[in-house]
Amino acid sequence: MMEGITGGLGALFEGVRYLLAHGESNLVMIGVAVVMFYLAIRKGVEPLLLLPIAFGCLLVNLPLSDVMDAGGVLRTLYDFGIGNELFPLLIFVGIGAMTDFSPLLASPRLLLFGAAGQIGIFLTLLLALALGFSKAEAVSVAAIGACDGPTVIYVSNLFAEKGQIPTAMVGALAVAAYSYMALVPIIQPPIMRLLTTRHERAIKMHSPKGKVSQAALIAFPVVVVVLTGIIAPKGLPLMGMIMLGNFMKVSGVVQRLTGAAENEITNVATLFLGLAIGGTMAGPQFLTSQTLLVFALGFVAIVTDTVGGIMLGKIWCFLSGGKVNPLVGAAGISAYPMAARLVQTEGQRWNKHNFLLMHAMAANTGGQIGSVMAAAIMLSVLKGLGIL
Amino acid sequence: MNETLLFGVTMLIVGMGGTMLTLILMALIIRALTAILPVEKPDEREREP
Repeated sequence: MMEGITGGLGALFEGVRYLLAHGESNLVMIGVAVVMFYLAIRKGVEPLLLLPIAFGCLLVNLPLSDVMDAGGVLRTLYDFGIGNELFPLLIFVGIGAMTDFSPLLASPRLLLFGAAGQIGIFLTLLLALALGFSKAEAVSVAAIGACDGPTVIYVSNLFAEKGQIPTAMVGALAVAAYSYMALVPIIQPPIMRLLTTRHERAIKMHSPKGKVSQAALIAFPVVVVVLTGIIAPKGLPLMGMIMLGNFMKVSGVVQRLTGAAENEITNVATLFLGLAIGGTMAGPQFLTSQTLLVFALGFVAIVTDTVGGIMLGKIWCFLSGGKVNPLVGAAGISAYPMAARLVQTEGQRWNKHNFLLMHAMAANTGGQIGSVMAAAIMLSVLKGLGIL
Repeated sequence: MNETLLFGVTMLIVGMGGTMLTLILMALIIRALTAILPVEKPDEREREP
């Protein structure tokens, strides 16, 4: 009888024994989860994503946790919505429903900033290859330059499901992408000031021309989807979902569906996606030198994106005889509407009569389309090269 | 040229070039779209007192 009691009590302390024997990495990751809780709750850093990711991270790193084993709750969520890229695509429907493309339609030339803001993807890809990452890993890391969490998860998981990158890397990539998106207000201003003169930052831009018709707003998502389908069909799920959400919004006839896409669908998908991504952050697999490199390269990607946008802005400013404020180029990334607001704030800091918001919104929505288009083209080229 | 570097340069040229060209094309299409589908002017009769 005593033997049974001792055995039973011993089983209760199995977790403690495991932690003491070989749980250092799990303890570190529990610490990481606590830091993420702090950032999400006290600092407001992407709380909608960071909080469930941190909780998933906590659950998977508790000793003898089986949440990511076959049949475990996080494994089930992962297989249900990340293993087949469903959750990022559902979130894209919501993003489309929340985005207003009318500033872009009023100033379509600003779409070019959305292209320049993707240079970080391809420069980071080169750098990652030079650092010894495999092609699939390098492409996944480079996707952080899209500055768009769902795109990063979508692209990296295409490789993870084929075993071309480790599953834990998807978690590292997602956390890096969402962290840097939240840090855009800290990362971008010093680069803006470093690359532009006081005179350039104070340039006033004329207001965008007139309004856009409802018919043009309705036709726009359809045209974009058709164009993507013709040029880069591998990215059609990404662009298709974002444009579906926007099409519902501008049509004005399915307000219930639009509301559901903006709220219920996005919220549920975000919660499950966050938890499942957190589940990939098990200490032994996550704490590697590769994870540190992923974070470093992600930073490089965001910085070079910003540099690319501003440099195009400077060239444009020169060619237009000083009619374009180069700061607008910094909004050519996908962090919407944060990057646009940042440009407005920075512009007004140097000229109180400067209202760059509508131009920056156009560049920012251009950045959203640009990031998805860059990912779509990258995936289609990879398919052409036989890598995907 | 080594194969990895060749891959990176190919992605840079085709990927970035393709993104740039596609978005230029898209900007032209948007311009055409807004020209074909302009904002409807308010009916002249409605403007009369």
